[in-house]
Amino acid sequence: MNDMTPTREAREAKLEGMGCKRKRVEDVRFTQGRGNYVDDIKLPAMLYGDMVRSSYAHARVKRIDTSKAEKVPGVVAVITAETLKTVNLAWMPTLAGDVQMVLADGKVLFQNQEVAFVVATSLQAAADGVELVEVDYEELPVIVDPFKSMAADAPVLREDLAGKTEGAHGKRDHHNHIFKWQVGDKPLTDEAFNRADVKIDELISYHRTHPSPLETCQCVASFDKIKGELTLWGTFQAPHVIRTVVSLISKLPEHKIHVIAPDVGGGFGNKVGAYSGYVCAVVASIVTGRPVKWVEDRMENLSTTSFARDYHMRTEIAATKDGKVTGLRVHILADHGAFDACADPSKWPAGFSNIITGSYDFPVAHLCVDGVYTNKAPGGVAYRCSFRVTEAAYAIERGMDILAQKLGMDPAELRLKNFIKREQFPYQSALGWEYDSGDYHTALNKALVAVDYAGLRAEQKAKREAFKRGETREIMGLGICFFTEIVGAGPSKNCDILGLAMFDSCEIRIHPTGSAIARVGTKSTGQGHETTWAQIIASEIGIAASEIMVEEGNTDTAPYGLGTYGSRSTPVAGAAIAMASRKIKAKAQMIAAWLLEVHEDDLVFDIDRFQVKGVPERYKTMTDIAWVAYHSPPPGMEPGLEAVSYYDPPNMTYPFGAYICVMDIDVDTGVAKTRRFYALDDCGTRINPMIIEGQVHGGLTEAFAISMGQEIRYDEMGNVMGASFMDFFLPTAVETPHWETDHTVTPSPHHPIGAKGVGESPNVGGVPAFSNAVNDAFSFLGSTHIQMPHDAWRLWKVAEKLGVTG
Amino acid sequence: MIPGAFEYHRPKTLVDAVTMLASLGEDARPLAGGHSLIPLMKQRLSAPSHLIDLAGIGDLRTISEENGALVLGAMVTQRALLASALVQVKAPLLIEAAQQIADPQIRALGTLGGNVANGDPGNDMPAVMMCLDASYVAQGPKGMRHIKARDFYHGAYDTALAAGEILTAIHVPIVAGQGTAYEKLKRKIGDYAVAAAAVVLTMANGKVATCSIGLTNVAPTPLWAKDAAAMLVGTTLDAGSVKKAVAAAEAITDPASDGRGPPDYRRKMAGIMLTRALARAASRAA
Ligand SMILES: Cc1cc2nc3c(=O)[nH]c(=O)nc-3n(C[C@H](O)[C@H](O)[C@H](O)COP(=O)(O)OP(=O)(O)OC[C@H]3O[C@@H](n4cnc5c(N)ncnc54)[C@H](O)[C@@H]3O)c2cc1C
Repeated sequence: MNDMTPTREAREAKLEGMGCKRKRVEDVRFTQGRGNYVDDIKLPAMLYGDMVRSSYAHARVKRIDTSKAEKVPGVVAVITAETLKTVNLAWMPTLAGDVQMVLADGKVLFQNQEVAFVVATSLQAAADGVELVEVDYEELPVIVDPFKSMAADAPVLREDLAGKTEGAHGKRDHHNHIFKWQVGDKPLTDEAFNRADVKIDELISYHRTHPSPLETCQCVASFDKIKGELTLWGTFQAPHVIRTVVSLISKLPEHKIHVIAPDVGGGFGNKVGAYSGYVCAVVASIVTGRPVKWVEDRMENLSTTSFARDYHMRTEIAATKDGKVTGLRVHILADHGAFDACADPSKWPAGFSNIITGSYDFPVAHLCVDGVYTNKAPGGVAYRCSFRVTEAAYAIERGMDILAQKLGMDPAELRLKNFIKREQFPYQSALGWEYDSGDYHTALNKALVAVDYAGLRAEQKAKREAFKRGETREIMGLGICFFTEIVGAGPSKNCDILGLAMFDSCEIRIHPTGSAIARVGTKSTGQGHETTWAQIIASEIGIAASEIMVEEGNTDTAPYGLGTYGSRSTPVAGAAIAMASRKIKAKAQMIAAWLLEVHEDDLVFDIDRFQVKGVPERYKTMTDIAWVAYHSPPPGMEPGLEAVSYYDPPNMTYPFGAYICVMDIDVDTGVAKTRRFYALDDCGTRINPMIIEGQVHGGLTEAFAISMGQEIRYDEMGNVMGASFMDFFLPTAVETPHWETDHTVTPSPHHPIGAKGVGESPNVGGVPAFSNAVNDAFSFLGSTHIQMPHDAWRLWKVAEKLGVTG
Repeated sequence: MIPGAFEYHRPKTLVDAVTMLASLGEDARPLAGGHSLIPLMKQRLSAPSHLIDLAGIGDLRTISEENGALVLGAMVTQRALLASALVQVKAPLLIEAAQQIADPQIRALGTLGGNVANGDPGNDMPAVMMCLDASYVAQGPKGMRHIKARDFYHGAYDTALAAGEILTAIHVPIVAGQGTAYEKLKRKIGDYAVAAAAVVLTMANGKVATCSIGLTNVAPTPLWAKDAAAMLVGTTLDAGSVKKAVAAAEAITDPASDGRGPPDYRRKMAGIMLTRALARAASRAA
């Protein structure tokens, strides 16, 4: 070795592999305004589509007159359900096994429902046309409250389902019933409740909200009549699934459909499903022979494409008097709106809500979910959470606090007492999951020490006394959440979307000069895949991350994948990337052995090279090997250095975390101030700590928004209220609390690199932490549960009811 | 979110603007910063066929002191107001209110004239102007007239401005020794008030000598709480007197129910904001 030989540390650093706080490569274009989003696409002769929407929540459509609109200069066509019927597309299948109107067919079932699609040469002409489409409505009685859906005399919402007693998930009990889904052992659970010393029983609602990504849903459809090919650019989290769905519903052969998701400005579940606007743009392009662009505005986004939550969870916990939980019984009323357009794996009508036993060792549990129709927008997407996991985490984490209050026990102590212990993993939960790994005691204890929990409780005690003496108008709350998520859908044995197993994929090509391109079946909507996927490959095969280009989103070039949502990218695609890398590494090892004239087993891999065991100066770097693979491969070996891997995960992964929120509430105004928020996440192996931190910051900000005010509200007429950023709470940097992040590392035993996924943890764990802090603040005044969202006027109402306002 | 078609005009003088407004009739509207008008047009809740942009009229952007009053041109933006040393010294209440309007982008374009002429109860400046006993200068086909802020607001989007009139300036009397405060409760940056209170008072020998109170967004119009203010004159702002005055102020409110909360909450918040504004104004009075 001479002085010029890089040290091992230098070689390692050059890779920027796993564990490196590598700067996000995509930010170079994003921060300079050079991203390429759907709305940046402009094609020759492109037309613009705009929607006519229903002003009523429930009404019969008596007549649609498009004649005036058609006369507007620039308007090319007005499409209605009648037009769509000629191509059999007035209705479309949903991911949840239901059907959904593309455009109003005879009636409308929610306000702002799509009624007609105006296509014009400019956005302005299309909007003018929309104003001139005349629709006669006959109002029908409206159901907004899901608890009234299944009343005997409730109006029939879905006339298309008349007489159908079987839905996609079994028997329907009522004309507005969608499904009943049950899991767990009911008799054993009931028995545990009969024997229990202590029980709690609380209706815990998680209100309707919306993922509200910065970029709304949009697409450009371009049908080439000569080739018979359709190109569809769109804001898709799962481009391949969209391609298959388009092929199935349009009957165009799948190889003649090109789906491209360019840069996507946030998804959070909003961009998994298929929407009327996409179908209309495709049909309009086929009809007119010109490209058609459709872009949702903010109000359309908030009021029509994919709400989230709206789960009403009656939560019962049974326990011994010294605080050991003995049973969990939950009934959920799930409001799905007018059509069941949930974006869950097809066999899971209530998602993975059976993760509701959380981090605790419940010997028995029973969960029953009833889905119902209402006159509200369809959806029920996983807003930055794996299918219904955030709802479940909210119910159990709130429930544990309520139980602690009833027992007169500290909520941290109650959790520590009931945690699944490290030695119990892999752990079979009472509701059917196998938790892969966890070390809950270590994580919570670390969190308690980090915030000086005992000190905070002492301060709270003093503050409560001062409040009672009238010396302060502020009350203080401490919110703990210890969540366990289930992510990485998923194993083909239990997860599919419309029959497609939920695997994911990666193709890697090493170029002759030693750089590489990797194409992956997922689609970053801001997570930074171009950065982190390259880091996995860098560590696995020893090529610097900076020399690896990552490409996603084009169905012609990327291998088939199920997309990005439910924190599945790292658990599933991340594994496929590692496995594809290992195939390349295996071939590289053969080449190195041939070059060094030793047996493969005599080689060891060292950062960026294979070297002869015990003789480190005899080595071949990956760059050397790549050149040989294309120039003079060993005799009998195929040239090239490429691999593809499709990964079907053996299990889900189970990230967890301990969050603590410290809050002060002014009882005179109801204004809550988050003084401190500490978030410890355990997502297994950490690929890029900086990106993890960024993901946690973003998710916590969403959790703060949801718990403290963000909601999609309806009045009793079914009018959607406040569906704009004036009312819909999107916090700015001014309102957002400071986040303290921390971690422990408990790798997943079944994942090739031990990673579990983190993107959604902060949303899942953040909401209960905020809500528990609010509830904890008021608990000494006799309050047990306060429904979200906890905006100022609602907290003031609570204070007023408790008799402590001025 | 696409407005209907309209014609855009940009006159260079006030006379041209007034003439244009008169000749184009009902369908013409003055355009100032556009941050109230354009959002309404995008939702097609407002569809003027002619917009007369006042931005080309240089005279409307001046800030000066004349005869014991601050004279603020209608086209002075919130940002320009905040940057004015004269205003900072002579009318700190305007600064405090302007700082709480919307966000930096909107303050860069939104004008004082637009804010007070708009007639939306959510605007912050009208109650402040009522509190300060400001008057507005209006120029119309029949000439110029002064209208007191306290007489200007008739209902939501219904003001004393006659068809064809343009608001050209605002006169704010300068009074020495005043203590002032603007307390605004809002859900987040960029939001209109849940409730807000403006207070101007002077103290003499530990007692309130003069007092004026304005309330924002708790009725279809901004409110001048005349009786409540009168009840405080001669008091030391003791808890009992404040409580009575606050109750009187709350009594004249008639808040709407919206995402900011139900009427009973917003009425109480008007009271809480007033209580806090009184305390702060008193602490600042000479
Ligand atoms: C997101 C958001 C948040 C906001 N938050 C606040 C807030 O917290 N507090 C607040 O006070 N405001 C708020 N605003 C409104 C903002 O301050 C506007 O700028 C202001 O209301 C209107 O001023 P403008 O110059 O933009 O007027 P424009 O929007 O141009 O005009 C408003 C109306 O006044 C008329 N008009 C304008 N100038 C004149 C004139 N000289 N003579 C006669 N008529 C005239 C116009 O014809 C129009 O009808 C907010 C706006 C937005 C978009």
